[in-house]
Amino acid sequence: MTPQDYWRRNLMMTALLLTLWFVVTFIVSYFARDLAGISVLGFPLGFYMGAQGAPLIYLLIIWWYARYMNHLDQEYGVDDSESDD
Amino acid sequence: MADYTASLRRYYVAYTAGFFLFILALAVLERYGMPPRWIGYSFLFLTIFLYATIGVLARTASVSEYYVAGRRVPAVFNGMATGADWMSSASFMGLAGTLYLSGYQGLAYVLGWTGGYVLVALLLAPYLRRFGQYTIPDFLAARYGGNTARLVGVFATVLASFVYVVAQVYAVGLITSRFVGLQFEVGVFVGLAGILVCSFLGGMRAVTWTQVAQYVILIVAYLVPVTILSYQVTGIPVPQLTYGLALEKVQLLEEKIFHDPAEVNARRLFRERADGYYERIVTLPGSLEDERQRLSVLINTLKSDNAQMREVAAIERQRRELPTSSEAARSYWDTLMRQAAQRGAEPEQHVTPYPGPGEAVSDTARLNFLTLVFCLMVGTAALPHVLTRYYTTPSVREARSSVFWSLLFILALYLTAPAYAVFVKYEVYSTLVGSSLADLPVWVSAWGKIGLVSIEDVNGDGILQLAELALNPDVILLATPEIAGLPYVISGLVAAGALAAALSTADGLLLTIASALSHDVYYKVYRPQATTQWRLVVSKSLLLVVAVLAATVAAQKPATILFMVAWAFSLAGSAFFPALFLGIFWKRANAAGAVSGMAIGLLVTIYYMVRVQFDTIPWLGIHGVGMEPWLGIQSTSAGVWGVAAGFVTIIVVSLLGQPPSKETQDFVESVRYPELDGS
Repeated sequence: MTPQDYWRRNLMMTALLLTLWFVVTFIVSYFARDLAGISVLGFPLGFYMGAQGAPLIYLLIIWWYARYMNHLDQEYGVDDSESDD
Repeated sequence: MADYTASLRRYYVAYTAGFFLFILALAVLERYGMPPRWIGYSFLFLTIFLYATIGVLARTASVSEYYVAGRRVPAVFNGMATGADWMSSASFMGLAGTLYLSGYQGLAYVLGWTGGYVLVALLLAPYLRRFGQYTIPDFLAARYGGNTARLVGVFATVLASFVYVVAQVYAVGLITSRFVGLQFEVGVFVGLAGILVCSFLGGMRAVTWTQVAQYVILIVAYLVPVTILSYQVTGIPVPQLTYGLALEKVQLLEEKIFHDPAEVNARRLFRERADGYYERIVTLPGSLEDERQRLSVLINTLKSDNAQMREVAAIERQRRELPTSSEAARSYWDTLMRQAAQRGAEPEQHVTPYPGPGEAVSDTARLNFLTLVFCLMVGTAALPHVLTRYYTTPSVREARSSVFWSLLFILALYLTAPAYAVFVKYEVYSTLVGSSLADLPVWVSAWGKIGLVSIEDVNGDGILQLAELALNPDVILLATPEIAGLPYVISGLVAAGALAAALSTADGLLLTIASALSHDVYYKVYRPQATTQWRLVVSKSLLLVVAVLAATVAAQKPATILFMVAWAFSLAGSAFFPALFLGIFWKRANAAGAVSGMAIGLLVTIYYMVRVQFDTIPWLGIHGVGMEPWLGIQSTSAGVWGVAAGFVTIIVVSLLGQPPSKETQDFVESVRYPELDGS
């Protein structure tokens, strides 16, 4: 339960989520031409990922990070919010 | 805190309901014969009056309220305010049009402007909130000990934000002149008044609460027309889900239209015209005189043949508009050549990624797509007016969830923009193309009058071919209500939404500039002993000066305004992102490294932009500085070099120098995690 511990777990989660971010943004877009054959809801997959898939995954990434860090804060007893929600 | 949030929620629910009632009342009045002009006025003045009321109610004389809204903006409301702060007139008006014109390529903006929030959430917002000061230069000064880093930060803040704010004020002028018929310059100053009433008395506190109100208006205005259009085309009023169906129809229409013989012929005629301009450009200066003589001969023959006066006058105008010097003729014909070449180019299918003849062209398109996404993301995570918003939440925890709310509210618009593009394309391809020029719908001629739609019957067959139609990106959103055949009240609503988008962003930017100058330069560097009251007086006066300056520049109608907005992202990204990121995650980064990294990142970006974009800058007397882009990357993605240069410089210079002091290292620790027991 040291600050270094807290920081290390934060960094791990950050790195993990940034990797996911990198994959859905740059790797998927890089191969967009090859994904054109697959169809989702009437969209080619490459187009769908750019128009909706990736932005929704970004939202999930941010939601997950906030949740994880808020739990971590509580675990380490450093929750700085005064509200009860 | 819970009571405070609940009563805020009550206020804004009542406000939203009131806004809907207002729209309904106007719709009824329109049915009873209220003229469109008055509907436009009602929207313009009622919304500005609303913002002004909030601005006056939220007036303040406290420094913390003025700069960071007292740090008690709940996460959800900060999310809405960030949404309005973030979505400018470029998002509101331009994005749907860009997606219409460039299909898959336009998705770079959707990806870049949403994915940047991942960087904000994971790498910056919580740490800046834990630091808890007033401005971004504040953070740079605390981390890199000293005023040099602060001043470089102020310079970059002012540079990036001012370019951006001019674009917003310009947009306000356009909207007011189009929808209520005010003169452009008058519109600019009406907009300026609207911006000032929000921020002048109440600073960040007033800006925050007006931005929440503006978010409600802009999102309602954005969603209503396309939802109705979706219902008309597919029977389901959820455009984000149904535009896949419309897209399939568009693909079938593309197959049919692109290979139509009349279409192919029209494109060929445009290409031949482009070749003609090219011929003239390479034979300058002789071709200028030849062209003048050719037109003169033509006018004389027409006159002697007793041709119609209109025809003669048109050619005479052409002769008058001919440039006088061969330098001017080059750029004049170059523009015309590009326009003609663009109209004559093979059209691309909406969903094709990285279109182009051959692998090499397609790969360059892909590289430009990826680098643009990168620049927009990094720029998002570095624009000071957005980052400052995360100083205003009550806690680090709220700052984290606030980024989530911000992106959620932003996605409401960004997930809808591609639907706009597809539905409008479907309408244009299915009903407009192939119809007779004599009976085109009214909106075509209405928007044609102010130059946003242009039609040229190049093959003279009296039928509209796709190649003969040129649309300005802004028109896609503005004309949708008319394309869908909706009453004028919806057009007024869209105008009010566009105005809200421009005003809210301008508010945030102006306040950021004024804070950087008054707080960072005046108070922190120039007169640290200044009283609280005096600091606010300085800040308010600067706000006024900067606002008037921005309006004056915007009233000149600078031509390269859209490019400048894209540049603001590259500039902010290359100046701030490496220094902020390494400042938090790399203790070894020192002052010399950060200052040189910010300066070099910024300089590399400016250097690349200028040399790729311009060959001559007449007012500076610079000629022949143009260069070939590196790896074919366009100037809008210049930040990719600047950010890389910034990172390399900070790392190398820091490693060459001394590690930062113990205090600085402790400071980094304090930003990274809260005081833990037993540490």
